[in-house]
Amino acid sequence: MEYEVVVGMEVHVEIDTKSKVFCACSTNFHAPPNTNVCPICLGMPGVLPVLNRGMVEATVAVGLALNCTISRWSKMDRKNYFYPDLAKNYQISQYDLPLCHDGWMEINLDGTTKRIGITRAHMEEDTARNVHTIGVAESGVDFNRCGVPLLEIVTEPDIRSAQEAFEYLTRLKQLLQYLNVSDCNMEEGSLRAEANISIRPVGTEKFGVKTEVKNVASFSGVQKAIDYEIVRQRQVLEEGGTVVQETRGWDAAKGVTFSQRSKESAHDYRYFPEPDLVPVIVDEAWEKRIRESLPELPRARKQRFQDSYSLKPYDAGVLTASKAMADYFEAVVTAGAQPKPAANWIMVELQALLTEHKQELEDCKVTSASLAAMIGLIDDGTISGKIAKDVLIEMFDSGRDPKAIVTEKGLVQISDTAELEQIARDVLAANAGPVADFKAGKEKAFGFLVGQMMKATKGKGNPKIVNDILRNALSRV
Amino acid sequence: MTGTLYRLTAHELCDAYKSGKTTPSQAVSSCLDRINAVDSKLKAFVDVWKDYAVDQAQASDDRWAKGAPKGPLDGVPIGLKDVLCTKQGFTTCCSKILRGYRSPFDATVVERLLNAGAIPVGKLNMDEFAMGSSTENSSVQVTRNPWNLRCVPGGSSGGSAAAVAADECAITLGSDTGGSIRQPAACCGCVGLKPTYGRVSRYGLVAFASSLDQIGPFTKDAHDMALVMNVISGRDPHDATSADVPVPDYTKALRADVSDLTVGLPKEYFTDALGQEMREKIEAAVKVFEKSGAKVIEVSLPHTDYAVAVYYIVCTAEASANLARFDGVRYGYRAPNAVSVEDMYHRSKSEGYGPEVQRRIMLGTYVLSSGYYDAYYLKAQKARALIRRDFTNAFQKCDVILTPTAPTPAFEIGAKTADPLEMYLSDIYTISVNLAGIPGLSIPCGLTASKLPAGLQILGKPFGEETLLRAAYTYEQKRGFTLGQPPIS
Amino acid sequence: MAKITKEDVEYVAGLAQLSLDEAARERLVGEMSNILSYMDKLNELDTSGIEPMMHVLDISNVYRDDVVGPSLDRETALMNAPKSDGEYFLVPRILDQE
Ligand SMILES: [Mg+2]
Ligand SMILES: [Zn+2]
Repeated sequence: MEYEVVVGMEVHVEIDTKSKVFCACSTNFHAPPNTNVCPICLGMPGVLPVLNRGMVEATVAVGLALNCTISRWSKMDRKNYFYPDLAKNYQISQYDLPLCHDGWMEINLDGTTKRIGITRAHMEEDTARNVHTIGVAESGVDFNRCGVPLLEIVTEPDIRSAQEAFEYLTRLKQLLQYLNVSDCNMEEGSLRAEANISIRPVGTEKFGVKTEVKNVASFSGVQKAIDYEIVRQRQVLEEGGTVVQETRGWDAAKGVTFSQRSKESAHDYRYFPEPDLVPVIVDEAWEKRIRESLPELPRARKQRFQDSYSLKPYDAGVLTASKAMADYFEAVVTAGAQPKPAANWIMVELQALLTEHKQELEDCKVTSASLAAMIGLIDDGTISGKIAKDVLIEMFDSGRDPKAIVTEKGLVQISDTAELEQIARDVLAANAGPVADFKAGKEKAFGFLVGQMMKATKGKGNPKIVNDILRNALSRV
Repeated sequence: MTGTLYRLTAHELCDAYKSGKTTPSQAVSSCLDRINAVDSKLKAFVDVWKDYAVDQAQASDDRWAKGAPKGPLDGVPIGLKDVLCTKQGFTTCCSKILRGYRSPFDATVVERLLNAGAIPVGKLNMDEFAMGSSTENSSVQVTRNPWNLRCVPGGSSGGSAAAVAADECAITLGSDTGGSIRQPAACCGCVGLKPTYGRVSRYGLVAFASSLDQIGPFTKDAHDMALVMNVISGRDPHDATSADVPVPDYTKALRADVSDLTVGLPKEYFTDALGQEMREKIEAAVKVFEKSGAKVIEVSLPHTDYAVAVYYIVCTAEASANLARFDGVRYGYRAPNAVSVEDMYHRSKSEGYGPEVQRRIMLGTYVLSSGYYDAYYLKAQKARALIRRDFTNAFQKCDVILTPTAPTPAFEIGAKTADPLEMYLSDIYTISVNLAGIPGLSIPCGLTASKLPAGLQILGKPFGEETLLRAAYTYEQKRGFTLGQPPIS
Repeated sequence: MAKITKEDVEYVAGLAQLSLDEAARERLVGEMSNILSYMDKLNELDTSGIEPMMHVLDISNVYRDDVVGPSLDRETALMNAPKSDGEYFLVPRILDQE
């Protein structure tokens, strides 16, 4: 039997507010353990939460970017369960009336566009961090992360392949970064993805029993976990068994999912409205203010790159894939570079260096101004494109100014006609064979002779002038 | 000469400070002497801050001497229910689970009282986590009624009521979730006010039922009540449910005039459940209002009969979540030698909470649990809306409502501990007020034949504390008797 | 007639993380049944069309501005901890690592 996979994603994102969601502690949980804590986020007796306006506005912004309906009236609820990382032993979350609901996001796969439905996006608080390296018998709890604002984004079961799930996560991360609401750093746990996975015979309507795969550290891990579950669940069904509804972990090293303790009774969360917090009412005016303050989003920016910089759709797509790269490109152009070469240098050479050194653009030493200056040196004939590649490597390693590198290493290209004419004469004299070939109509030999000229100039010969002089000299042979 | 300074009200003390007849140090030491003399019998205090109070009093002496007191409560000895967070001393809610707990912050009300110069002399006994109507559920001690030591002081703020009634300090603070200020005030013969929900910040009040809890004062008269309310009322940025409603000068409400008021008597409150003697006391009090020119009418609060059921669903549900945090991780009692986190939770809670708290956590967990939420919790929230509507309708016809505070005077210790439901039903006249969020005040309206105080409850519209204080002040002026001193025997 | 069973009591105690001995379980079956039966009087009420009351006051949109304020110093934060190593709150080893 042929099966298709049905996937719904749940993503938790930490929102980059300055202070926590219900207290004034800093959200920097890298501080020494238990130093960004106060009576409120420690859940001490007598404290009350007060909602951070920044969290409401960030949530609405995300909701709007995900084409959601923003609830005019919503509220916070208590979700009750016991765990040492949960200071109050209830999490303040949203249950039946999330702030954002019924939206969608587009993904592109193999040239076709598909909409993934967004069921809801709601506000909640993050939990503390449990540390298991203290000793054999004990765990430590660090509450710095407890109360960091968390946005939960849930999709409809619209995803039909592991690749679609990967694409959804990539687009979502891109959007969140464009909105400047989260750094989406998966390694640090500021973005966490869970997939609800089931399979069903192709052509049937009814959903199969789903498993929930949690704690996957990367998007490609999610993709692999889904592919693994497809195979595993199909095998279970084909052997006449039934898929067990459960939470499964992902073992990245072994490339398998594994069953985690099912906590059936713990699922009675006893939600009820949070009496300590008052309703969140986002009227039309507030929604409008947030909508008008939204930054340019990926789709619009890609279009603008095509229109304003005459970039091809593919190039515009690559450059806008991350906000950081799009910002960088525009900064290079603003610093005086022509859009087309700027785009090429960023997408090809710089990207290759970043990949090779496993670096993020944000950490790159090549500033937008220095890259523009380097492109300027090509434009004004100071260096050749070939030399420029070496200059860029030097810039990448040292962060130095391109002009300084060129001057110091004597890389300025030779545009002196008299000097190049002398070299041309020497080259022709030394390569009688190829000259004869050229004269016999073998155009290929010309390339060889150019190569010899560049060799003689240590690559510094101005390519255009070298070409002209060589043709001239050949015509006189 | 400290003599009987402890008997004075706050406003009398401040007059005496102002005129130089006495000093805060003398008043504070008079109160400390009084506590020393009577509290071994009463057991109202769970912690007395002698050295702290003496130091604070000296600072207050200096301010008065310079003619620059912080306000009209500067140098007044006060007591705090142990449910209020204080940096000084311990904050335990009289529960074993919080024994030895030190709060890193002061409750907003405490901060405001300290800024006004009031001098806390210690923490007062209560039912564990404010769950009870008799103060018998304290893990520390059972407080006695100053009028009859065999009787309970009411609860849950029994220590706060007994302390004021026995002149251990001029003013105390309590908390009222279902009557926990008004009922003990009635039992002990002092004035107790539960303000409108949102009038006083709950920040630093250890939560029992968040949508019902409210902090309020116990005083010897209406005048002092106005002075305290001036200090503790008003919006607090730490409490999202505190109302941004301007705070009037409550002392302006102290006029002996109710001729413009219509007084409503809810027919549902004057049934057979109300004892004959109590009924007579209330009727006599109503007469005082009538004689003072108030118009008296009958009103109806048709959903009164459902209040206890609604209340015990809402309050236990909220409590089950509020008390979940006492788990032995960050503070409080942790059972020794726990082998796992779950073992630690189970044993810490079972060993740390008393039976009434466990009962309420169980009930609250049950009514919220899967399959029962709609039948209990949701139904109760809807019924709660009906109860509030009753009051809204009644207050279209009258300005204040008069009722008994409790169906009976203080009962004997141990009389109701066997049957929790019977204990719950002793709150029938006070519970609706919390459900509706309106203010309620209890004021003594006489002594029964067995020499126990009876309480008159005065209810008002939301944020109608001024009218309540005016009615209470008028009644005080015109009732024609004083309770006198409790025998403490 | 008992409104709830001993199994119910055990289930609820599990949710509330309470361990009850046999006597307490028996007692609670009776007490809770009694109280819950009393609460059933709410079924007499017609509440159709009535909005459940979540808040007494008609207050909405109360927020903090997103500004960092002081936190506790660690010593104070750990002051009441039943067990700590001066950096972390310590608990019996957590086995179920989420
Ligand atoms: Mg969540
Ligand atoms: Zn905090």
